[in-house]
Amino acid sequence: MESTNGYLLKVENLKTYFPIKKGLLRRTVGYVRAVDGISFGIEKGQTLGLVGESGCGKTTVARSIVRLVPATAGQVVFEQTDVLSADRVKLRQLRRQISLIFQDPYGSLNPRMTVGNAVGEPLKVQGEAAGSELIERVAALLSKVGLSRDHINRYPHEFSGGQRQRIGVARALALEPKLVICDEPVSALDVSIQSQILNLLKDLQEEFGLTYLFIAHDLAVVEFFCDIVAVMYMGRIVEQATAEGLYRNPLHPYTRALMSAIPRVEPSLRGSRTAFGGEVPSALNPPAGCAFGPRCPLAGGDCLKQMPALKERSDYEGHFVACWKC
Amino acid sequence: MSKDGVLLSIQGLSVSFFTDEGVVKAVQDVGFSIKKGRTFALVGESGCGKSVTALSIMRLVPEPPGKIVGGEIVFEGRNLLALSEKEIRRVRGNEVAMIFQEPMTSLNPVYTVGDQIVEAIKLHQKKSTSEAWADAVEMLRKVGIADSQQRVREYPHQMSGGMRQRVMIAMAASCEPVLLIADEPTTALDVTIQAQILDLLDDLQRQNGMSILLITHDLGVVAERAEDVAVMYASRIVEVADSQRLFAEPFHPYTQGLLKSLPRLGFSARRLRTISGTVPEPLHFPSGCKFHPRCPIGCGDRRCQTVEPRLREVEAGRCVACWYAKGYETE
Repeated sequence: MESTNGYLLKVENLKTYFPIKKGLLRRTVGYVRAVDGISFGIEKGQTLGLVGESGCGKTTVARSIVRLVPATAGQVVFEQTDVLSADRVKLRQLRRQISLIFQDPYGSLNPRMTVGNAVGEPLKVQGEAAGSELIERVAALLSKVGLSRDHINRYPHEFSGGQRQRIGVARALALEPKLVICDEPVSALDVSIQSQILNLLKDLQEEFGLTYLFIAHDLAVVEFFCDIVAVMYMGRIVEQATAEGLYRNPLHPYTRALMSAIPRVEPSLRGSRTAFGGEVPSALNPPAGCAFGPRCPLAGGDCLKQMPALKERSDYEGHFVACWKC
Repeated sequence: MSKDGVLLSIQGLSVSFFTDEGVVKAVQDVGFSIKKGRTFALVGESGCGKSVTALSIMRLVPEPPGKIVGGEIVFEGRNLLALSEKEIRRVRGNEVAMIFQEPMTSLNPVYTVGDQIVEAIKLHQKKSTSEAWADAVEMLRKVGIADSQQRVREYPHQMSGGMRQRVMIAMAASCEPVLLIADEPTTALDVTIQAQILDLLDDLQRQNGMSILLITHDLGVVAERAEDVAVMYASRIVEVADSQRLFAEPFHPYTQGLLKSLPRLGFSARRLRTISGTVPEPLHFPSGCKFHPRCPIGCGDRRCQTVEPRLREVEAGRCVACWYAKGYETE
């Protein structure tokens, strides 16, 4: 894809470590390396998917980008602004341009705020609108997501999971952001509702020229929704390619194991399962060398000594892998 | 020609919950049979009644506010719903065992995993404590937990989600049940761990000839692991078939819609197909066929709007509840 404007969001070697404190004096005895050197760029209008299993750090990446969690190192550049070092004034502006949709439709809406107040809050906080104009803006947002102005005075508990997620989407769009970070937006929803919400997000993207960072663990959803996909394992990206490229040709042993583990409805698509033992190692005690080494069927030699860097394959343009054996 | 024996047969099961807001008919007239040594999947979205159906088998539906208001559950010649509390307790955990979705909330956090498995063993078998502990260690090994001698003395919080689910399976399998009810056993787990857990259940099934009632909303899991499937919607069963035929050619519009709306790996599409609308609230079920407001065929049809179709056998081993399903109306 031609990038005439450069990246809307560029993340460079992002690291977020959480200190482990022990004892009466709360001394730092170690670090959980939740995000351990992530780099990627998203072009305007594109969707980048960050996929991985629980604990891989994908949610922490999202939170580090918007500074809900303090990053330890690295750079995040949005348009031309350095996000991580932005002062309060700049940060406030940034928060209009980048918004979030959360996973849990039950936990992400304040049960004591009406739908109208929840969706209108960003507008109020940023001084964008008030009074009847605010109500009109909220009504317009609700109708964009398939709800109605009659819902303005109702409370979240009166809605289903899918409807609450729509409310979350309306709230995320209130300030007309450029970048929307979706953190597992459909994982908690029933199958028949997932497709509705995914279609809605896609339609909104077209209508408003949105750029998405889409975080999920469901590979099929990610393939449908994203242009570029990055696979994460233990705080690092192990493979990155276009959605089509990744699914047609997964290179990293972890990606391949992940794909083979997905239960398929079509019998013809069920290949032989890659024997995949073990569990994700504790983030407190990562293995030496490649983080995937202990579980990898191909591991040997360098794999146990040194972490492989993410490199572009000369034979597959735009396809990156971090593996000594690929 | 040998016919698979029927292990458990549910007929006309109805369960209601008597709440302040009204009577919630969680399960209505549900019936299906589980064959020996096979896996039967009960599939449906949240609120359809599948978990309540499973709990009814073990008579674990909280009473009040719930109540089994009708039906029979015949297991090895006995109607489980007619047994005394003492008799059902002998069946629970022993002949019929259950594992649940959230291993963290189903395991007691203040007891070691060993304690919990031993408790299950001693409740149903005449074994000394030391024998039961030896069994527990062996069960942990059987479910794929390495270093079982050490891990048996650990607490649930010291283990990952996948491990805890293995512990639950160890507890459930310790008395060699003939039927294992698995209520969304892998929903909370990562896909790679899910595959391991499902493989483990397959292994146990093969070793013990155990039947499995698998409750899930994941159609991929059903397609890969279950021989027979019943689809539930809004308290009723709408379709029953063996899984091969169900996925090759679903008869009920709800099943068809579900399958069409799944994003499928390897099939890129611009937009996903959807089922419009939402699952109805149990207190406000639509008249007639409960699916009709969302059904491409039924939403404009007078009969679908007013008369509820019963589940009917349309082919050998295939049942469907839809006026317009293939074979429904032939006399």
